[in-house]
Amino acid sequence: MAVTTGTVARHRTLRRPLRPYGVAPTAILLLGAVYCLLPVSWVLIAATKSKAELFSTATFAPGTGLAANIADLAAYRGGVFWLWMLNTLIYAGGGALLSTAVSAVSGYTLAKYRFRGRNAIFNVLIGGILVPSVVLAIPQYVLFSSIGLAGSYWSVLLPQILHPYSIYLARVYAGAAIPDSLLEAGRIDGAGHWLLLRRVALPLMLPGMVTIFLFQFVAIWNNFLLPFIMLGDDHTFPLTVGLYTLLAAGANQPALYNLIITGALVSLIPLIALFLTMQRYWRTDLSSGAVKS
Amino acid sequence: MDGAAPYLFLAPAVVLFTLFTAVPIVYTAYLSLRRTKVSGLGLGRGARREVFAGLDNYSAAVGDGELWAGWLRVLGYGAIVLTVMLGLALLFALLLDSAHVRLARFSRIALFLPYAVPGVVATLLWGFLYLPSVTPLRDLGIDAVLLGPGTVTFSMANIAVWGGTGFNMLVLYTALRAVPRTCYEAARIDGASERQIALRIKIPILMPAIILTTVFSVIATIQVFTEPTALRPLTNTISSTWSPLMKVYRDAFVNGDLYSAVATSIVIAAISLVLSFGFLRVVRDRAFQEG
Repeated sequence: MAVTTGTVARHRTLRRPLRPYGVAPTAILLLGAVYCLLPVSWVLIAATKSKAELFSTATFAPGTGLAANIADLAAYRGGVFWLWMLNTLIYAGGGALLSTAVSAVSGYTLAKYRFRGRNAIFNVLIGGILVPSVVLAIPQYVLFSSIGLAGSYWSVLLPQILHPYSIYLARVYAGAAIPDSLLEAGRIDGAGHWLLLRRVALPLMLPGMVTIFLFQFVAIWNNFLLPFIMLGDDHTFPLTVGLYTLLAAGANQPALYNLIITGALVSLIPLIALFLTMQRYWRTDLSSGAVKS
Repeated sequence: MDGAAPYLFLAPAVVLFTLFTAVPIVYTAYLSLRRTKVSGLGLGRGARREVFAGLDNYSAAVGDGELWAGWLRVLGYGAIVLTVMLGLALLFALLLDSAHVRLARFSRIALFLPYAVPGVVATLLWGFLYLPSVTPLRDLGIDAVLLGPGTVTFSMANIAVWGGTGFNMLVLYTALRAVPRTCYEAARIDGASERQIALRIKIPILMPAIILTTVFSVIATIQVFTEPTALRPLTNTISSTWSPLMKVYRDAFVNGDLYSAVATSIVIAAISLVLSFGFLRVVRDRAFQEG
């Protein structure tokens, strides 16, 4: 019996390209894909519905109000929605850039230098991942307001620069992507620490830095608690807080619901575009294949 | 010797850590031991003073029935989210990794897409789909109350599952792709089926990644705030203290009781630390027994 199965298996292994496709695994994955695409495809359709159509026509029936919805959204409170888009870009783009720079330099230093206190510094920085953000947000607010900065752009930007996991990823990536021999050769040629960092280390770490930038960008873009606590003036809001305040106001003014849905669609477009064009950089493990890329 | 260079390079990270992590932690701990003392009618200058309170704020937090009710709700919600989300993430990762699946690339991208949707927007989209006048169930002739007292926990768990499965799937899938294919060849030659390979070889290899995703998911679930807060405007089933973190927010910024709010936040942090370390401990002990 065992011999028979063995033969069949070997036979199959040899002809693997012809092995039949599994119907059930494919179907399960496609079902999952449909589930994930459902709300996104709905918002695409719902944004075309007029105020009357939103609550009356079939859920997935397209409407006739897209242009009016976008015009309403653009006109809402003097165009504050576009300001929210811009603010989000400042918080997420600026924050992720600064975060990537700090993480890359720290990761490179921790991976390639030998110095007293290296492990202690690494452990303390990484230990930050265990501190739930709730413990930090309230004192951060109190401390920022004591120096008069609560409600400013800085109060949302600065606390999100340091990200323990990014430092960890950068260290792993630097360890795998920068050959010690290259640094050694540079040193012999008389290059200083700053020059080695700029001309050797950072260029080699670029693919890993793109990955870190993307994860950090999404993390800041998604963050709701910190800007929700810090900001009071809706001219400084990012999209998440702005859309939430619209939703809260919509409880009394259902006319706002079309704006919210159109706003949700418009806010998703840049993120999904970034997501699809940067496909190959979404990697959660930077140690394998680092040298190849 | 490298001299001062490594310290200079690490200075930005250390300064940021000090300012935005270390100082706030110490300050929270300090605030949690204080309270406001009101003298007289509480009017006029100097009528309100900050005084030392000892552990009063902590005993109040531990004895607070409203907070316990929040913990119970989050426990029920978390049990659904963690099992369904991590179960689906593992299932999808294993299916994507098995050789014979059609349209694998499309499925992988679609499954990861919700990661790009902020929690507030995800809640808003699902929240509308739950409304009786919008839900597709109405078109199918099903009369369902999706935001009622009996269903709101499931509806909220669905939002978290939708948003979190893709990322966890990616972590597990990446870990699986790092395993050399030759590991499975020997098993195939011995006649093992894909299912046996998945259960006996792939899941044990994945254990560290499964543990990692579980710990991070537990920490995130305990701190659930965005979904219930953003769903509240669409239903009156969710109270302003639905989750422990929502109560912290209300105490601090609506009721203005900063001191008891930070004490509660420290209790939440302590519970999430104990749970994640406890989980790691249990897993490690079991691993040693089996080894």
